[in-house]
Amino acid sequence: MTDATATQRPARAQVAPAVIGFATVTATLLLAELLIQIGAINRYIVPPPSEVIEAFRQIVVEEHIFRRFLLTAAECLTAGVMLTLCGVASGVLMHRFRLLQRACETWVAAMASAPLVLMYPLFLVIFGRNALTIIMMGFIAGLPPVILKTIEGITATRKVLVDVGRSFNLNATQQFWKILFPAALPTIFVGVRLGLIFALINVVGTEFLINYGGLGQLITDLAERYDLAGTYAAICVVILVSVLFFMALERIERWLRPVD
Amino acid sequence: MAETGRLRGAAAAGPLIGPVTLLRAAIILGVLALWEFLAHSGWLYRDVVPSLSAIARALVALLLQGEYYFNLGVTAGEIGMGLLIGGSAGLVVGIVLGANRFLSKAFEPYLYYLGPTPKIIFLPIAIMWFGVDTPSKIALGTFSCFFPITLSVAAGMRQIDPVLIRVGQSFRANTLQMVLKIYLPAMRHPIINGLRLGFGFALIGTLLAETRLSNKGIGFLIIRAYDTFNMPRMYAMLIVLFVLAIGVNALIGHLGGLERIRRA
Repeated sequence: MTDATATQRPARAQVAPAVIGFATVTATLLLAELLIQIGAINRYIVPPPSEVIEAFRQIVVEEHIFRRFLLTAAECLTAGVMLTLCGVASGVLMHRFRLLQRACETWVAAMASAPLVLMYPLFLVIFGRNALTIIMMGFIAGLPPVILKTIEGITATRKVLVDVGRSFNLNATQQFWKILFPAALPTIFVGVRLGLIFALINVVGTEFLINYGGLGQLITDLAERYDLAGTYAAICVVILVSVLFFMALERIERWLRPVD
Repeated sequence: MAETGRLRGAAAAGPLIGPVTLLRAAIILGVLALWEFLAHSGWLYRDVVPSLSAIARALVALLLQGEYYFNLGVTAGEIGMGLLIGGSAGLVVGIVLGANRFLSKAFEPYLYYLGPTPKIIFLPIAIMWFGVDTPSKIALGTFSCFFPITLSVAAGMRQIDPVLIRVGQSFRANTLQMVLKIYLPAMRHPIINGLRLGFGFALIGTLLAETRLSNKGIGFLIIRAYDTFNMPRMYAMLIVLFVLAIGVNALIGHLGGLERIRRA
């Protein structure tokens, strides 16, 4: 009995903040609903949450949200595969040729801090107003973290592991595939996770800006029709999708990380 | 998102003399030569890859133009205001969340998961709330930089050496004194790192909002160059913008002594 209460107490300590957090969000929404219904907030600027919830049905049935989601997901996945392959390959190449790493690593780091998404008008001219522009925007935005984390991961391989490889007389290729790459994998995935997050942000952002494609375009579309509740609902859907995507990536990363 | 800060650690590598410089020069020259070749090859649509001389002329014309500096000032003002409002709010919320475990557990997950979502999609809401002019751009900049700054400050608060906090308490410092004398000095590095990340996000939020709907600012100039198909000018503006963004980013890091901690 005492054991049971002892385990219940930490569980309650874990649950209580989550309940308070959720209750605050719910209370804020209810308060907004009330203020809008009594006219204290203009309903033509902020639609009542109840209307936004209702608009979800409209988005699912009339706006083909699932098809749009698949389109955005496909663009993201393509950008993700491209940035993983190119990023890891560039990182490995730069690690293999140290001179290249010393010459270019600073450039890649600088690229990571440049507002690359501002290049979308340029990409529109080069690739046209199509999915390729969106994919390429996702690709270049996500590339720098993958390259940098790949280099970091391979460089940080523990010396004892490298020595094990040497003592088995592995050649350079075997050393890479059997020792360096598996050891670097968790760090590389941190880069891929960041890259994918940047890719998703830029894919949805570009869809919104160039009014083409999946989820991002839906927001532009509804906002231009001045469908207020629909716009808010579509934004909520995009946020939800991003958050779920982010959580899934975190879970995979935790699964990949070795237990020390 | 905080990992992006760590990525910058790589920027401290490499001396500027010898084979590295030679290789860098070779890469730059190679890229420029390839560019010029493509510009004259006729393989691409005319002006998609303008010749280097055209870009250089556009760059000089841009830098000599008064209109450019006016628009640069507008954008800088919007980013500055966004950073000021979002940064102040982020600092306060970050300190509160960092100081209180319960509040942190209750609300930080929301901020943590909302942080890496695309902020530009909030533009229709910003326009409805604040109109089509400057305030909606500031709102988007504010909203973009709030999350990284809050999370960075909250994480910084939790990393403060408990000894320092006990010193403050043993001097019977009140809350304001604790914030000013203990918390802020002890976590200047996370704050500056948050500010650096926040600057990047505010810049992107503000400029993207300008490209979408505005009549002044750098974003507006870029999209006008696109509308009039003035490619050399667009390249020139992107070059200047990237140099400025990377420069300010490095400057904030340098002033905050971030490079020094990373090397240590």
